[in-house]
Amino acid sequence: MGADSKARIREFVLDNITETELADDDDIFERGLVRSMFVMQLVVFVEQEFGVQVTGDDLRFDHFRSVDRVDELVTRKLAAV
Amino acid sequence: MASVHTVGVVGAGVMGRGVTIALRQAGFQVILLDREPEILKSVQRTIADDVRLYALLAPASAITAAEVVAGTVFSTDLADLAAADLVVENATERFEVKAPIYRRLGELLAPGTPVGVNTSAIPITRLGALTGRPEDVVGTHFMNPVPLKPTVEVIRGRRTSADTLERMRGFITALGKKSVVVNDSPGFVTNRVMMLTVNEAVFLLHEGVGTAADIDRLFVECFGHTMGPLETADLIGLDTVLLSIEVLYDEFKDGKYRPCPLLTGMVDAGLHGRKTGRGFFDYGSGASGSGGAR
Repeated sequence: MGADSKARIREFVLDNITETELADDDDIFERGLVRSMFVMQLVVFVEQEFGVQVTGDDLRFDHFRSVDRVDELVTRKLAAV
Repeated sequence: MASVHTVGVVGAGVMGRGVTIALRQAGFQVILLDREPEILKSVQRTIADDVRLYALLAPASAITAAEVVAGTVFSTDLADLAAADLVVENATERFEVKAPIYRRLGELLAPGTPVGVNTSAIPITRLGALTGRPEDVVGTHFMNPVPLKPTVEVIRGRRTSADTLERMRGFITALGKKSVVVNDSPGFVTNRVMMLTVNEAVFLLHEGVGTAADIDRLFVECFGHTMGPLETADLIGLDTVLLSIEVLYDEFKDGKYRPCPLLTGMVDAGLHGRKTGRGFFDYGSGASGSGGAR
């Protein structure tokens, strides 16, 4: 499940940037690959793709900085369902 | 001088919602008006989306959508504004849309109720005259997204009273923001320079001096701007940019504000920027992706 969800997250991010190389721990905001508003698309993507709700404490910018961080959030949310 | 407790917000579009959220963050009661019942129906959901974005980008400003809604009266009847201590008007950026609202506000509001015109181009003095109480009307050019922007461009109309100006500035301070006061002139300071810059950048592209990506890169990498003029134009919407530059052209009758034919052509073609998925840059199917700028 983990490897699969990470691949889907990576694919989504790659679809939205012009670069073709992306390490799973790259900070996509710090590297200037996306504008800060992109965080909202990531939230919507996570909710739709994995059927989870991102609310309250989960709604933190830090959870969306890299493929790894998004995957950690998704894994934690899916484990709690 | 009565203190401000309840604020009337006219227009539930992007700006009106942003102002509403900022007001609720600061603890004001809000009366939010729009003439379309459908818009008011969908606005609570949109506010929830907006609030989530602000929570992500500025955690310190966090407020829940429920907290915004709890202190907000939603209405389609301008007469409800009679209960407001101060009004911020955010209707569509067209004089013929705003004009009838100002005529009604003059009849409805208690004399001395400050009215802030949230506009980026329309002369404050002209709207103020319609109320019959021009001394109460002052420009309040909030920037988008309102909850995240620290400063408001305040415009002193030719007949705005010193008392109104002072009260509006005090209110903006209570909102947790700063204000910069300028005199009334089409486009004020911000948009007069911004629209001219954007239009000139479009001419550079039109003349083949540089690619869109390279023109923007120079502003980002040399000047340290967050984004270049063409990406900014895409974000604002090219239709709005064209409307603004046309207002400047009409008001000043000065050829330097002539819209670049490329801009007009793109608007005609429906390439309005981020909101339509394509403008100077391509935003793909996501319609608000990072675009091809970098």
